[in-house]
Amino acid sequence: MDIYLTPLKFYNQLLLQNLVAEFSKRFSCKINVVDLKVNIDDFFSIDRQQYYSTQILAEVLNLTDHLNGKVLLLTDVDLFVPALTFIFGEAQLNGKHAIVSVCRLHEEFYSGISDEKLLLERTIKEALHELGHNYGLRHCLDWDCVMHSSNGIEEVDIKGNSYCTTCSKAIEGYRW
Amino acid sequence: MNRKNKILIVDDEKIVRESLYHWFDEENYYVETAEDGEIALSKYSKEKFDLLLVDMKMPGMSGLDLLIKIKAIDKDALIILITAYSSVPTAITALKNGAYDYVTKPVDPDELAHIVKNALQQKSLKIENTMLKENLEEVIKPDNLIGESFQMKKIYELVHSVAKTDTTVLIRGESGTGKELIAKAIHINSNRKYSPIITVNCGALAETLLESELFGHEKGSFTGAQFKRKGKFEMADGGTIFLDEIGSVSLRMQIELLRVLESKQFNRVGGNDLIKSDFRIITATNEPLEELVKAGKFREDLYYRLNVFTIVIPPLRERRNDIPLLVDFFIGKFSTVMNKKKKKVSKEASDFLMDYDWRGNVRELENAVERAMVVGKTDTIEVDDLPFHVSKNVFELDEGDNSLSSMEKKYIQKILNECSWNISKAAQILGIDRATLYNKISKYDLRKDEY
Repeated sequence: MDIYLTPLKFYNQLLLQNLVAEFSKRFSCKINVVDLKVNIDDFFSIDRQQYYSTQILAEVLNLTDHLNGKVLLLTDVDLFVPALTFIFGEAQLNGKHAIVSVCRLHEEFYSGISDEKLLLERTIKEALHELGHNYGLRHCLDWDCVMHSSNGIEEVDIKGNSYCTTCSKAIEGYRW
Repeated sequence: MNRKNKILIVDDEKIVRESLYHWFDEENYYVETAEDGEIALSKYSKEKFDLLLVDMKMPGMSGLDLLIKIKAIDKDALIILITAYSSVPTAITALKNGAYDYVTKPVDPDELAHIVKNALQQKSLKIENTMLKENLEEVIKPDNLIGESFQMKKIYELVHSVAKTDTTVLIRGESGTGKELIAKAIHINSNRKYSPIITVNCGALAETLLESELFGHEKGSFTGAQFKRKGKFEMADGGTIFLDEIGSVSLRMQIELLRVLESKQFNRVGGNDLIKSDFRIITATNEPLEELVKAGKFREDLYYRLNVFTIVIPPLRERRNDIPLLVDFFIGKFSTVMNKKKKKVSKEASDFLMDYDWRGNVRELENAVERAMVVGKTDTIEVDDLPFHVSKNVFELDEGDNSLSSMEKKYIQKILNECSWNISKAAQILGIDRATLYNKISKYDLRKDEY
């Protein structure tokens, strides 16, 4: 099974390339980049100025039958689910689809200082995290594990950048 | 046996119920939902839940009515109300009627996690993790803490004895010996293991940045600070803070540190609220703190505050029999990362690695193996694959100790090593009798593990 990285309103090509390179090192399966041509404007909340991630995932669900593997959507836009102020990403537990927003992974969002290296590190963590949910993993209590929950950017930075020994067993073709 | 905490979500809006359901499900809770107060009441009468999240405004039975009815059945029921901003005054009424707390919708995930964790902890319900296994007999080591030498075994004993306490630990050792790994070992063997260990490299940060890093900042406290940011001490709440290179902290920051260590309270930069944090502190240094104290560069009171329990990690050259284990570990690690076949090590390369002085300790060895894995063309690591600077003669003169006795000690060690501690054979090569060799071994405190 392959992994399909799918940019949706995502314009940072260098970040995408670096993510593909990093995933290629970590997974034995093929890492593809696919363009799904999805219009997500309908899922924008004017009140919240954010996009409703669950609806985006539902929209993409029927467009990926031809893809044999996990589909990870990447977006620059800010995401929400109704109960929460924001989310870094959402995934179908034991499913095929996940989405990660890099909007709140930018350091300038917090301190006004740009840090591309940190952005890549955070994106890798959140992408691996949501992918982990696709492989059936729930949150792990090991802070060294990328499956630890992160409810704020500080926690994204603290947690490890790879799966712990136990969690990695659930991930098909994971090398590290 | 592990037991998941049970949560009941009561909200008439399906999308809110679903998003909260998924959030708690991923957090390893057992979750059920109810779309109104009647269903919630019915579920609660059949099955006890550890926590209820109840929407304040629902058609039919309101959240407040449900709260009163559930409290009548079970006065200890733990209920958090979800309210729109406009109904906060009603939520305050609910608090008076026994609600644990309230959150406004939409809720900040960090705030929700914090309130739920505190609520369950108040009920003395510990969050169990079925994924983490614990062996109480042995020290759990971080995966990459390698060493079976008697020196390392002694360190594991120290880790074991200090881990369960909240004692402040000072880890000393040369650069590259793995001080952070020992700090991690202490943390994951402590009762604080489910909270994070936060590492701060004090030497790598400018003084102004260090302050913001350690204590956090409030929104708008400086240009570009668009959001509040928690500091390292705040993030370490419930866990451990590891301050590496503590000797490089400025005198001004030392005063701040001393204050925080004593009170466990601080303000975020630009903030007035006093933040409390319950953390254990571990520090590390490769500098002679006592000399820094004498020179007036390190506060004596802070030194005594930190130097409560000391663990000294020996340099790699003093625990040479860990080298093969470490080499094997690093070959395994890099073969996985580089997706290459696991290499063997030639006899010559192996001898070289054993004899080398390793001034950069384990980190230098790791780099040497990584380099050899990259440049080596065959399935075996040869001497030529090792970094150029490794190929120095191990018996070249030390910068520090060039005394005859030091050289004699090293030479006897080398010969004993080569003879696998066959005393007769070593004595023969050294041209001395066995009794003299035993005397030398005793004089220099040589041990089999030490070669």
